[in-house]
Amino acid sequence: MTRYFTDEHEWIEVEGNTATVGITDYAQGQLGDIVFAEVPAVGATLSKGGDAAVVESVKAASDVYAPVSGTVTEGNDALADDPALVNSDPEGAGWFFKLELSDPSELDGLMNADAYKAFVDSL
Amino acid sequence: MSDDTEMRELPLGDWHRAKGARMVSFAGYAMPIQYKGIMAEHLWTRENAGLFDVSHMGQLILSGDKPAEALEALVPGDISALKEGRMRYSLLLGADGGVLDDLMVAATPTGLYVVVNGAVKHQDIAYLRANLPGSIDINHLEDRALLALQGPKAVEAITRIVPGVDQLYFMEADLFLWGEVPLWISRSGYTGEDGVEISIAADLVEALADALCAQPEVKPIGLGARDSLRLEAGLPLYGHDMDPTTDPVESNASFAVSKSRRVEGGFNGADRILKALAGGPARKLVGLSVEGKMPVREGAPIFAGEVQVGVVTSGGFAPSVGAPIAMGYVAAGHNSIGTALEAEVRGKRVPLAVAAMPFIPHRYHRRGASK
Repeated sequence: MTRYFTDEHEWIEVEGNTATVGITDYAQGQLGDIVFAEVPAVGATLSKGGDAAVVESVKAASDVYAPVSGTVTEGNDALADDPALVNSDPEGAGWFFKLELSDPSELDGLMNADAYKAFVDSL
Repeated sequence: MSDDTEMRELPLGDWHRAKGARMVSFAGYAMPIQYKGIMAEHLWTRENAGLFDVSHMGQLILSGDKPAEALEALVPGDISALKEGRMRYSLLLGADGGVLDDLMVAATPTGLYVVVNGAVKHQDIAYLRANLPGSIDINHLEDRALLALQGPKAVEAITRIVPGVDQLYFMEADLFLWGEVPLWISRSGYTGEDGVEISIAADLVEALADALCAQPEVKPIGLGARDSLRLEAGLPLYGHDMDPTTDPVESNASFAVSKSRRVEGGFNGADRILKALAGGPARKLVGLSVEGKMPVREGAPIFAGEVQVGVVTSGGFAPSVGAPIAMGYVAAGHNSIGTALEAEVRGKRVPLAVAAMPFIPHRYHRRGASK
């Protein structure tokens, strides 16, 4: 399993041809208290960099983008009842959706954990 | 959340940063949006006392020859009847009766003390200067800061360091001494809770903020919670829930049109406003309860069936309600409590119902009210 990061503060953990996507701890900290999350429907086709999900804090709604292209295989239903999971465990139980990759080569442009940490430190 | 436009510093800017605030641009100033988190700060204020820096707001003194009578040409409130030490909410009206700002007016020994919104204070001052007689002096108190201490324990906390504040009732104001420092304090605020607003010389405000935060009931609270608190209290946010295109009746602020002024008129837009009072406005600002968990925010269109009948002007998650709530304008015929409507958010319909405001009962310390 390999975890990658985007400069839009999503993480994507890849296992074979499938992947799990969420937002980073840095992102949840910036957003503040999460009160609503909308995950994509199973079967939805996502394209890299396109809108994939929505996360809403008390203050504002923000888009979550697809780190890579693919087809959604599962959304995290737990977020409907407990959106605060995104605050308490953003890189674990607070995941957003899983997808089947359509072009694994798109992973090449993403950051690894060290590169992402350096990116966040530079902000 | 922030933008790159030039942000001016307020007297407490570095104090907020030292307290861990996240700063954003608001009304042209760097201001704290939150410290620990909006939810916790909101709930703390409802149960204890929250300290808000509202020094971006404009503090004015109108003095000279009968400033109350002069101001009445521009506001629909009975200002000349205000006794010394009493305060009133009012609206600055354009020539057509549209709302240029909402404001607080208090009668003081030296004139009218007026607090206006930070984002429009300079245009307010220019408008007042252009429309009040030359015999009225307008003094913008730029060397003063303004704090709001809000919540059920606010008055207890401040009375410990400023004796006598607990003698004020809601919408009363007076001069107090903190040690040797004069403070102009009113029992008022914009959260729906009991509390006070404190005007102090800018160079002394940091020491006062420290002294207040040393009280166990008091924590600093950011603009994020200020917005969610005022929304739950059903209080309009100028520039969002009311603006120059809305009149006081449409803006759900008919209460600000005093009884005597309804008879006598003589204020900007009186024809339009008195007509709307008599016959009902074409549209009205209402509270909206939202079904489900998805927040409905400013700008969302409101539908009755296929027909758009309004628009949301403020909305978000309400921490003390535990659900999303909103305010918006709806056309006449759709504004009675309980009317079922829908908002459209990201292409989806969300059920709404017109709701009584406030969403959370006000807890003001009113004169004459039983405790």
